[in-house]
Amino acid sequence: MSSFSVSRVPVDAVGLEARAKSFTKRSIKAASKHQALQWIIGMMDLTTLEGADTESKVRRLCQKARRPSAELAKVPPVAAVCVYPPFVSVACEALRDTPVQVAAVATSFPNGQSFFSLRLEEVRQTVEAGADEIDMVISRGALLSGDEARIVDEVAAVKELCPKQHLKVILETGELETYDRIRQAAQLAIEGGADFVKTSTGKIGLAATLPITLVLLEAVRDHFLATGKLVGVKAAGGIRTAKQAWQYLVMVKETVGDRWLDPSLFRFGASSLLQDVLLQWDRAAAGRYSSSNLIGLD
Amino acid sequence: MTKESTSAKFPLVHPIEPLSPAASREESGQGVKDLLFGDLWEYAPAPESSEVSGARDHYGNFIEGQFEDGGERFASHNPATEELLFEVSTADEACVDRAVTAARRALPRWSGLPGVERGKFLYRLGRVIQERSRELAVCETLDNGKPIKESRDVDVPLAAAHFLYYAGWADKLTYAFPGAKVAPLGVVGQVIPWNFPLLMAAWKIAPALAAGNTVVLKPAPTTPWTASRLAEILQEIELPPGVVNIVHGADATGRALVGHSGLDKVSFTGSTEVGKEIQRKLAGTGTRLTLELGGKGANVIFEDAPLDQAVEGIVQGIYFNQGQVCCAGSRLLVQESVHDLVLAKLRQRVATLRVGDPMDKNTDVGALNSAEQRDKVQRLSEIGLQEGASMHQLACDLPEKGYFFAPTYFTEVSASHRIAREEIFGPVLTVQTFRTVKEAVDLANNTRYGLSAGVWSDKGSKLFQVAGAMRAGVVWGNSFNQFDPGSPFGGYQESGFGREGGRHGLRPYLEVRS
Repeated sequence: MSSFSVSRVPVDAVGLEARAKSFTKRSIKAASKHQALQWIIGMMDLTTLEGADTESKVRRLCQKARRPSAELAKVPPVAAVCVYPPFVSVACEALRDTPVQVAAVATSFPNGQSFFSLRLEEVRQTVEAGADEIDMVISRGALLSGDEARIVDEVAAVKELCPKQHLKVILETGELETYDRIRQAAQLAIEGGADFVKTSTGKIGLAATLPITLVLLEAVRDHFLATGKLVGVKAAGGIRTAKQAWQYLVMVKETVGDRWLDPSLFRFGASSLLQDVLLQWDRAAAGRYSSSNLIGLD
Repeated sequence: MTKESTSAKFPLVHPIEPLSPAASREESGQGVKDLLFGDLWEYAPAPESSEVSGARDHYGNFIEGQFEDGGERFASHNPATEELLFEVSTADEACVDRAVTAARRALPRWSGLPGVERGKFLYRLGRVIQERSRELAVCETLDNGKPIKESRDVDVPLAAAHFLYYAGWADKLTYAFPGAKVAPLGVVGQVIPWNFPLLMAAWKIAPALAAGNTVVLKPAPTTPWTASRLAEILQEIELPPGVVNIVHGADATGRALVGHSGLDKVSFTGSTEVGKEIQRKLAGTGTRLTLELGGKGANVIFEDAPLDQAVEGIVQGIYFNQGQVCCAGSRLLVQESVHDLVLAKLRQRVATLRVGDPMDKNTDVGALNSAEQRDKVQRLSEIGLQEGASMHQLACDLPEKGYFFAPTYFTEVSASHRIAREEIFGPVLTVQTFRTVKEAVDLANNTRYGLSAGVWSDKGSKLFQVAGAMRAGVVWGNSFNQFDPGSPFGGYQESGFGREGGRHGLRPYLEVRS
């Protein structure tokens, strides 16, 4: 065990949560709302991560990703679809000649509990299959038992296998318990070479929250100010409404500034969020709410 | 369409510029290690409607349950637009006398009511304030200039909470001071400031009524609106006439009230200067007195503090309510080892503050309450520059009309500078450094005031040790400007004496005998 560690940045939970709550008080209307809806779609990793996934389900998801709504003109495609490794080639096929990226969870998602050689092999094959982005999970147990170096080494090893792919490192913040530890995990992932730090797998009860995502934003901000290097943030799980999503954008705008209001530096990982965003989009255009049946269910 | 910015007047000012994306592209993106708080995503205007204010053209003095129409009138303006809101009757000596007489007449019945019955009135008052919170918030913002976000989320809910809290004490007074007998003092004269008009009315009236006293309240002349709305609510809940009377006016009215021989107690919140005058006047008269006066609160940040939250605490401490807060954290004391880092973070945070129309729900910093106050803040800032401190000010477009002052902080400030010693009562922070815990405590306590202080450290033992060494009535640990009706508030030294809030807040309104 090496003695590597990152500098500890204490986080006060009460103050952090109060600050996060303040972003929900912003009133987003009219043109700003429309801009937000556009971004939310363009920053979305449309996700299906079920044991019951089939090739057909993934194809339908890809169709939705490239053209979210048949009825609403001008809705942009989403940023990426996010699938399990066996579906990467199907997704790549379905999304050929579109700007939509194919992201795959690898490294024994969601718990990371496998032999490291197998986790790396999964990354190698996923890259081979054509994935544009790799969403890896960290070994939470290692972090909780104090082995900081292992987190850095694992991320670095994965990054070596996917130098041209976007590497998103899932911290599974719900298992880390304290904001201090979440901050520490984010710093270690960045140290290892993460292109993105991502909150959650969506597979445990506790997923992304505003305060947790704020910790990640503060970590990438401080890294940028110290080194000039840009690292992205992905908030995944638990974001189901457009209103929730634009509160994240408010937080991004007011914490890390305009650079991060871009799919290359901020993403939402979500499966049901798109439906509500499309409803809001339609409402803004029509001036009234439509039935949720307006939006295709895929 | 912006008026001459302050930075144009002060060539030495360092503007805090929110960089635009266009500017960043010119700098080719790479290598620029600053955050861009630009206009990529503008928030569309989100104005609260002023129609819910229910304005009248005129408000009279409120005596024995009725508004009196007579008396010379003065105007109340919206400090953000300089537009006339309504007129108010001035209370002359005779009017003040009628108010005190009405309070005296109401006293036997009110103080004789069982506590549980007095409590019911206070509960009702708290609940009606909650029900009408939106219109009260709108009135407060129009009259005072503070952002609607603050009147909606802080002033009005806290005012209601105060009434509800003291409603609970009304029938438990004997338990507040175990082993003693308690009795109301009698008729109380109360004078309140313009920075939290409704909230200060609640702070004064709630404990006084719970304890069985009757009241003559004088709001500040620039902010008479919510007190008048409160009077309407008192009519609505059928509070017995004379229990609360409200008289309007400036210094002359204030002098007539606090000098009235029919008062058993005076409670004043406002400037130290006026507080001293009142204390001289009441010396030897037998009239009880409590004073809540000025402050120059120290906000002490240690190197082991949670710095991002500390920066929020700095902003909350000095830019909340445009810094027009007696307990503002107006002196920032930062440990030398983290000074540059904290200041870099502060600069970035200030760049995101939204200054402007207080009625816009997205406004963080609104208008100062009066031209006089804005001028005072300006004058002291000029003195700061002349004394050699470095002035940093948010470069933002201020509305053409109204009494605005952009968020500002001074660095290179020494303890002898006037801006580090005098209460500015505006959005102006001074920054000083310290090296050791002892030096931090010495600097923090080196003031003629002693109302508030903040201490920031992730180390619990240090937090409690330093908090205990602060000579201030309120000390916040890893937070600032947090208020709760259950927590006593008040000062040391020239910040006054007496406590408001909590069980301690009952004491100044009760005779406690064994």
